[in-house]
Amino acid sequence: MSVGKLKRRSECGWYLEPSGKMRVPVVIYADEELITAMDDKVFEQAANVAKLPGIVGASYAMPDAHWGYGFPIGGVAGFDPEQGGVVSAGGVGFDIACGIRALRTGLIPDDIEPYKQQLADMLARRIPAGLGSRGKLRLNRKEMDDMLVGGAKWAVERGYGTQTDLDSIEEHGRMTGAEPKYVSDRAKKRQEDEVGTLGSGNHYLEVQKVTQVFDTDCAKSFGLAENSVIISIHCGSRGLGHQIGTDFLPRMVKAAGSLGIDLPEKELACAPVKSEIGRQYLGAMYCGINCAMANRQVLTHLVQQVVSDILPKGNLVLLYDVSHNTCKFEEHEVDGKKIKLYVHRKGATRAFGPGHPALAGEFKAMGQPVLIGGTMGTASYILVGTKQGMELSFGSCCHGAGRAMSRTQAMKKWHGKDVIRMLGEKGIIVRGASTRGIAEEAPGAYKDVNSVVDATECAGLAKKVARLEPMICVKG
Amino acid sequence: MKPTCTDAQNYGLNCMTMSRAHWQHYSHPADMGIRGFGASLEEAFEQAAMALTAIITDLKKVKPRQKVEIIYEEQDNELLFVGWLNALLYEMATRHMLFSRFELKIDDGHLSAKAWGQELDVEKHKPVVEVKAATYADLKVEQDKKGNWLAQCVVDV
Repeated sequence: MSVGKLKRRSECGWYLEPSGKMRVPVVIYADEELITAMDDKVFEQAANVAKLPGIVGASYAMPDAHWGYGFPIGGVAGFDPEQGGVVSAGGVGFDIACGIRALRTGLIPDDIEPYKQQLADMLARRIPAGLGSRGKLRLNRKEMDDMLVGGAKWAVERGYGTQTDLDSIEEHGRMTGAEPKYVSDRAKKRQEDEVGTLGSGNHYLEVQKVTQVFDTDCAKSFGLAENSVIISIHCGSRGLGHQIGTDFLPRMVKAAGSLGIDLPEKELACAPVKSEIGRQYLGAMYCGINCAMANRQVLTHLVQQVVSDILPKGNLVLLYDVSHNTCKFEEHEVDGKKIKLYVHRKGATRAFGPGHPALAGEFKAMGQPVLIGGTMGTASYILVGTKQGMELSFGSCCHGAGRAMSRTQAMKKWHGKDVIRMLGEKGIIVRGASTRGIAEEAPGAYKDVNSVVDATECAGLAKKVARLEPMICVKG
Repeated sequence: MKPTCTDAQNYGLNCMTMSRAHWQHYSHPADMGIRGFGASLEEAFEQAAMALTAIITDLKKVKPRQKVEIIYEEQDNELLFVGWLNALLYEMATRHMLFSRFELKIDDGHLSAKAWGQELDVEKHKPVVEVKAATYADLKVEQDKKGNWLAQCVVDV
């Protein structure tokens, strides 16, 4: 991106004045190297978001931002319903509430090493992953609707995990306002056998070790120490979420004209929150959030069974669960006034700071854990939300490394087998149904997660707590 | 647009040329773009559907054994194109099938399709990735001066 048009307001904060139909400025958080490498399309897409009705504050892009569809991936925007603010099906995307959860294991790498191959094989065999995999649960329509209203809480009530897990999940595991009647039969049909499945693409299950602790007090409060073994799960709302997006995008595109919305591009499909279609989408999308949280809760149970079979002393305890494709109604301060906004995070993580009323227990004292997924070969991070971030980005930060290269380029550059061998030499076991799929997700296809996280901290959006390196990666 | 495979091959991508009808994958930073070319709108849509399957597996491995019929209505050609691909993705997801042969009729916004394929066999097809949805990003359905059709969009994987 040519930074000429941008004003540098802080070391890691860049600002673009509104022009033309933009209602608010664009603010991009990144260091000089990241912003220089960012595609011009990020800037163009963030500027398009700034044109949508009811947007307040700014149209934000996080340090991992890259060219998406409609919103940039790594885009954050808040809309005031009292000013004609919109909810955008394109802004949430097709993988509603895709997210990451991190589980403490009570194990150290020495416990894992002797059983590493066995653990990798059994996780790959027993966790349904990739296209065509089916979950063991079959939900009838009544159970499906209960799941869509109940989220992770529904899963806990069915015996997947414990009540205490819920305090370690955003929205306490259950998004209120979910309306299954606005979720199509097709979406429900698509989900019938997909509860408890990982999906594919960039989704994964990783066994990781903590290699560095940056904030000892916070790490202690999150139950982390150097050499702790963590299991992370990255996945979303599966077929149900994909279909909700598929159903609502054309409806919103076609309704835009009559609702007086001038869409900068079709993929930004949106509708006023206070319109019938806006209300219906929110009710359906909240079901998608519940579906994703329930899915990760069920998957956790499957992982626990594998761990128990191989390493009986391993006991999985949920550290935290975040969703990074969402729109949620939250209170924020804008121009000195507290207002409630529909905050869209597209490939961006909620990062509430200490004292936020939505947080429970130790998280309220410390801030929300923020889970940043890296690549198979580099690292993942656990950060913590800051008070400052609440003002800078509606309490949001990056979600991962962010792609630096397309799948097609990655496929041309690497062979899956070489990627597996290279990672093997570093002691990382990779399992996946397709070697081409592994090539497309090669670590080199992503930005450097270390610099993304450093820029996030530099901008003040979140603080580093711990760095995790992969030991086993099961690709979806 | 010139109906050749050169662009795709420059990226080392799959591409198949059969007279004017062919398909391409093209690069998009997060996801993957698909293009279908044909002498008619129907043919361009059919070719794009082949490009869709080719994201998931080697098209040659999918035997056209079982037929599924799909209907979709939409006046706008671009919305119809994305709607068609998403209707196909729905059949793939709920029937656990892959499709490799297509026959379409489009009449005044009414699309009726026959899709032939087979049940997904993970061992045989080694699916690379699941396609979540066809999107409106980079969406184009247009006819060139010679009458050839192009249908393209980015798909979310």
